[in-house]
Amino acid sequence: MADPFQRLGRFTLGALQKLGRALFFMAHVWLGTVDLVLRPRLVISQMFFLGVMSVLIVAVSGLFVGMVLGLQGYNVLSDFGAEQTLGVMVAASLVRELGPVVTALLFSGRAGSALTAEIGLMKTTEQLAGMEMMAVDPLRRVVAPRFFAGVASMPLLAALFSMVGVMGGYFVGVGLLGVDEGAFWSQMTAKIDFYDDVVNGVIKSAVFGVIVTWIAVYEGYDAVPTAEGVSRATTRSVVYSAFAVLGSDFVLTALMFGDH
Amino acid sequence: MTANLPDDDVLVSIRDLVFYHGERKIFDGVDLDFRKGRVTAIMGPSGTGKTTLLKLIGGQLRPHRGTIVVDSRDVHRLGTTELYELRKRMGMLFQSGALLTDLSVFENVAFPLREHTRLPEPVIRSLVLMKLHAVGLRGARDLKPSQLSGGMARRVALARAIALDPMMILYDEPFTGQDPISMGVLVKLIRDLNRELGLTSIVVSHDVKETLTIADYAYLISGGQVVGEGTPSAIAASDSPWIRQFVHGDADGPVPFHYPAPDYRADLLGAATGRGH
Repeated sequence: MADPFQRLGRFTLGALQKLGRALFFMAHVWLGTVDLVLRPRLVISQMFFLGVMSVLIVAVSGLFVGMVLGLQGYNVLSDFGAEQTLGVMVAASLVRELGPVVTALLFSGRAGSALTAEIGLMKTTEQLAGMEMMAVDPLRRVVAPRFFAGVASMPLLAALFSMVGVMGGYFVGVGLLGVDEGAFWSQMTAKIDFYDDVVNGVIKSAVFGVIVTWIAVYEGYDAVPTAEGVSRATTRSVVYSAFAVLGSDFVLTALMFGDH
Repeated sequence: MTANLPDDDVLVSIRDLVFYHGERKIFDGVDLDFRKGRVTAIMGPSGTGKTTLLKLIGGQLRPHRGTIVVDSRDVHRLGTTELYELRKRMGMLFQSGALLTDLSVFENVAFPLREHTRLPEPVIRSLVLMKLHAVGLRGARDLKPSQLSGGMARRVALARAIALDPMMILYDEPFTGQDPISMGVLVKLIRDLNRELGLTSIVVSHDVKETLTIADYAYLISGGQVVGEGTPSAIAASDSPWIRQFVHGDADGPVPFHYPAPDYRADLLGAATGRGH
């Protein structure tokens, strides 16, 4: 029997090796950028599958999250007679945190899992090996367009989520609970700072986009080429994405807002 | 034997090939020669690494020892760009066909042309239709790979493999799981394409009868080593017990019917008394 230290060591080594392989993989994918500039159609068609097809789930989720924020925010703020600032609270929560984070989690479930399964199945059915033998690099032809499409889609989806969320908060706060409409909007525009809030939110969603899509394409490419292997890779893709997004969100938040 | 042939007649030359799959030794010092313009067969029982051999020739795997020279270039010393240039001149037919499932039959055959050439669309169309016509599937151009039978998928894959007019084609188990008609079609295609396009073909298979009808020369591999080689007639007439068992498909012989096990009688009695686990 291996003692716990041996097992811990083996686990750590395995994890580091996987990280190393994933880094080389990413470097190789970035080399494929040049081809994509010449063939933007490859990225655009993937943006349709990954981004446009995620619009509905992101918009509907954003609407409900915004409505819940409106209700909960009103309950707390009205105790202090500060319901005028509901707009600030809703917008700040969405733009700084919920927009990027929830969108990344939804994106990983909706598009990341599909990416992992697609690439894993292409590996299982020898389509990737077939491309290699046709002197076509699958990392450039298959993985790179999907990766960059995912990275480009995430900030746009997060922006959509925040926008629809603010609308949801407005419907509930102003429409149902009677917050003054002028105060709702003017407080929001006065207190939300373009650089502190909006730009930082966009940076977050861009980082999450890289993380989620990277994990998704790498898990697919690294999947054991069997039905079980692809199923495990798909699960791992979503689970690791959730951990990585929430963990890196803490780090990014500490860096961006820690000194306030 | 083949080692005495003049070098310019040999397209692929394998020397002292050693390859491990994990702990298991797949090839243990194998020498093979594939001559230009010929159909050479590699035969052997399942799990002897026949597919691995094709991946080694195509440079997808790296041998642990030995050299593989294709068209006087050492495959595993080439840089990525040179390897890709070499692969453009090799076609490989995967057992599954490996067609791209999101593209139609036409687009699958057009794929290598679109990736590697800047030909205008009408030229690509003519080329694709010619290749599809050669395998008899010009009428199936608009189908999706999921709508094809296994034999048709392999024929489309063959049309794709010859799209760039390669110098050689590697066939991975082309006959496995085919009905007699598809089998006949594939046998005819491999033979005719080899002759008419001036190709060199390497066929990996364990379908003895079909393979020996098209091969000019055959190697038998078992246990990581070449256990027999020669022309089909020489192999059919061989008096080696192993080759006879393989060619005739006898259930018992030098390759025993039973997987190694303890004595039958002792095993059964052991089970009756509750032991034997």
